[in-house]
Amino acid sequence: MKIDRRSFLSFVIGGAAGTALSPLPWKLTDDLSIWTQTWPWVPVPTDGEVSYVNSVCTLCPGGCGITVRKIDNRVVKIEGMKGHPVNDGGICILGLSGAQLLYGQMRVREPLKKVNGRFKKISWDEAISEISKKLVELRSKGESYKVACIAGSDRGTVPELFNRFLTVYGSPNFIRTPSIQDSYELTLHLMHGVQGMPGFDVENSDFILSFSSGVIDGWGSPVRMFKANSNWRDNGGKVIQVEPRLSNTAAKSDKWIAINPGTEGALALGLAHIIIKESLYNSSFVNNYSTGFNRWKRHVMDGYSPEIVAKITGIDKSVIVSLARDFARASKPLAICGRGQGWTPGSLKEFMAVNALNALVGNINKEGGIWGLAEPDYINWPELEMDSAASRGMQEGRIDGAGSGEYPHAKYLLNRLPEIINSAEVSPVQALFVTGSNPCYTLPDTASVKKAFERIPLVVSFSPYIDETAEIADFILPNHVFLERYEDVPPVAGFQKPIIGLSKPVVDPQFNTKHVGDVIIQLAKSMGDFIANAFPWETYEDCLQTTLGDKWDTLVQEGYWTDSNFAPPAWAQGFETASTKFEFTNDEINSLSRFSPVKPEGDEASYPLVLIPYDSMRLASGFIGDPPFAIKTVEDTVLKGKDVLIEINPATAKKLGLAEGRYANLTTPKGSAKVKVHLFDGIMPGIIAMPRGLGHTAYDKFLAGKGINFNELIGPVEDTASGHDTAWGISAKLAKA
Amino acid sequence: MKQEKAKKYGMVIDLDKCTGCGSCMVACMAENNVPFREDESDKLLSIAWMRVYKLTNGKPFPDTDICYLPRPCMHCEGHHGHSPCVSVCPATATDYSEETGIVSQIYTRCFGCRYCMAACPYHVRLFNWWDPVWPDGMEKSLSPNVSVRMRGVVEKCSFCFHRYQLTMDKAHMEGRRELEEDEYQTACTQACPAGAITFGDLNNPKHTVYRMVKPDHKQGGKPKNPKAFRLLERLGTNPKVYYLTSREWVRSMDDNYLKNESK
Repeated sequence: MKIDRRSFLSFVIGGAAGTALSPLPWKLTDDLSIWTQTWPWVPVPTDGEVSYVNSVCTLCPGGCGITVRKIDNRVVKIEGMKGHPVNDGGICILGLSGAQLLYGQMRVREPLKKVNGRFKKISWDEAISEISKKLVELRSKGESYKVACIAGSDRGTVPELFNRFLTVYGSPNFIRTPSIQDSYELTLHLMHGVQGMPGFDVENSDFILSFSSGVIDGWGSPVRMFKANSNWRDNGGKVIQVEPRLSNTAAKSDKWIAINPGTEGALALGLAHIIIKESLYNSSFVNNYSTGFNRWKRHVMDGYSPEIVAKITGIDKSVIVSLARDFARASKPLAICGRGQGWTPGSLKEFMAVNALNALVGNINKEGGIWGLAEPDYINWPELEMDSAASRGMQEGRIDGAGSGEYPHAKYLLNRLPEIINSAEVSPVQALFVTGSNPCYTLPDTASVKKAFERIPLVVSFSPYIDETAEIADFILPNHVFLERYEDVPPVAGFQKPIIGLSKPVVDPQFNTKHVGDVIIQLAKSMGDFIANAFPWETYEDCLQTTLGDKWDTLVQEGYWTDSNFAPPAWAQGFETASTKFEFTNDEINSLSRFSPVKPEGDEASYPLVLIPYDSMRLASGFIGDPPFAIKTVEDTVLKGKDVLIEINPATAKKLGLAEGRYANLTTPKGSAKVKVHLFDGIMPGIIAMPRGLGHTAYDKFLAGKGINFNELIGPVEDTASGHDTAWGISAKLAKA
Repeated sequence: MKQEKAKKYGMVIDLDKCTGCGSCMVACMAENNVPFREDESDKLLSIAWMRVYKLTNGKPFPDTDICYLPRPCMHCEGHHGHSPCVSVCPATATDYSEETGIVSQIYTRCFGCRYCMAACPYHVRLFNWWDPVWPDGMEKSLSPNVSVRMRGVVEKCSFCFHRYQLTMDKAHMEGRRELEEDEYQTACTQACPAGAITFGDLNNPKHTVYRMVKPDHKQGGKPKNPKAFRLLERLGTNPKVYYLTSREWVRSMDDNYLKNESK
């Protein structure tokens, strides 16, 4: 056959057309994409047996039930536990990222000791014996009271083990990290006579008056509050948000009332003024179950007329009057306070003023109201036997000054500790345990906190993560994370019923970590005598199981125990004050003195603006930092690259010559930082807001070095009535960078 | 066995309940092996199948208002399954399922031309500019139900299709052809602490999603509930994600309107 030009071209063109019409090119592109996607470095998740384990999340005081999805012995996903009384299937962003806190790079993988400024591996036995030696030495010098412990909570077996250890060792210095729990507990103590905590029956309330509380920004138990909020939407409940900034809560509320920051307490008294003047209060409660009303009434009527309050708060008189009427006329109104997520206690007088509103409308220990709950009573350990060294140590006053002198009512005053240590010649704290908390990040004026901690000769951190406090510790004795350990989870922040959760090991410990409870028991045993005898358990698990007794089986099976039939005591039995009635006033703290809004630190001339923090669900701002997934969700108007954006009203920005996305220098009396500017109409002119939860120096590369820690820019302001930190903001100035 | 009726899985998001907390985003990331990088603040490059947008009414203080809008893939039906992305894909890597109404994405077929990204009016499609990297040990939390995507591949929300497959497998094992309403739910729906997301079959009048929006299937599923709207309704993409709101200014953000144009 002769191949001429014509047949050659026909063959080539025909071949090309044929190939194009055949599946070959499609097959080739398909194969090509497959070939170019299978590289050895792409992980192929291994398959295995699926199982689910119910447990409780302990990443915040919310106490949500979780269902952990496992493949063989790996945690693949954490979901909300269906049917759990607190969260019923819902889960927050931090809980969802929990697996990253198990497998992440921020874990401390073995016990570490700081030698010449660098961490070196050490065995568990060596570490415990070295610490034990130091403690024995202090005790033999009669300085047992110079040992302190900072914990994130004072309820549950782990904090109780620390407390017990300190007591039998001879130190009264167990300190809980500050939060609105402090103020609410004190309010309940002074007004209700109840030693315990508040429960808020939010699900049944139909009118929530929130004084800057982040109802859906993480206040209380976050998921529970979200659910309650959705209920109010469905059932016509009202939320009124009083706050200087348009937070998510303010945006979702039925009415946002912008208020001059720090003046919330004056507004509460102003509302009381109208309610009393128009006789809208619950006279049955006020006349029969309260004392001090007449004196308090005079105080409110004289000093808090709508005109005066309008001037203090910046809220229109008519708004105040109609708000008071709406509140008093609602069938189950509830007033709550504690700013944002509640990381700062706040002014006691403000808390008492807000709680007095609940009393005026008689919504105490009632459906939809505030309930005074007693402390949980499931921990009943054998009576302590103490030697003379312990008794001597326990007679020393607390280093933070709580419970005596100026502040007889306060239980813990961690906010005062850094200053006390820094101003002393020799640190009054010689050894410090830190557990379930990260004070070098969460306390105001971080620089002075770090300075104080560096003056303490022995700091032991039990953090499972390399956080800011662990970084400056002398020993890190890493605890298991919540997915690896047993722990009881005592009543949840703001939950209205007694409940105990059980966090249990979902997987085996990933690293050479040890349960903090076991470390304390071992430490006590190594010290012998009375101290060893105070801990009659072999292991922490043994201790926990004995403590929980007949609840153990329910807890292991269900994950929680609750008294679902619980009802708060009636008015006649509900108050354990001296008068057995609700007390509107308290002379010991001089509660009838003029309410003067807490002034932010700094003079107005050099610092014309006011800087306030804001809380967001997407930024964990407590003792745990954001895992990679959570920080990924942070908007680019909050964090851009490594820069934090501060919110400022466009009018204020214009005056300062600042534009969107531009750099600016932010200065407060405590420090300064380079920030970017984000114009936001939802913030009061003259005020700038900054998110909490950024500016970590520790943790992993996904979190460290991003933004500024708000606590570096603010210092504590002591409440004259309670000693707690009441700082809600600080004076600031902002200038073009 | 009787041929089962075609499903049209869709989602209703109540913007009055959404708190902008971000749970849906992370639930999705954890469920679908979504990678993460050191800096995720460039949102054009950040891979998030579910993204929560913050809307502002633009009024000055104190009349300002904000609202959050979670945005998964809309799983557009277009006309007869011609969703914008499906019609442009040269690799048949994305397809509209008449059986479930889900727009699929087959990663191993995708060769990264990104036509679909240009075609999608909702920005739901994301491109892997880098290989995904899980720091040592973190690969343990990867789920075997969803494959890990490579550099050069487009990915997007699948309405957790693997969950559909798993529940269908289970149903078939039990001799059933139909799923209960709550059997197949997406990860974001399940996680939402505010209960703002509802998921179900828009063809089934018994399902909550149907009762919430009352889709008019003769008009491409346009909602009959006046509180409900879909994004960019006028494009005719016939999306299957509906939003509910009681705030007029939020509703008016469903599309781009000219100044003197009435809705």
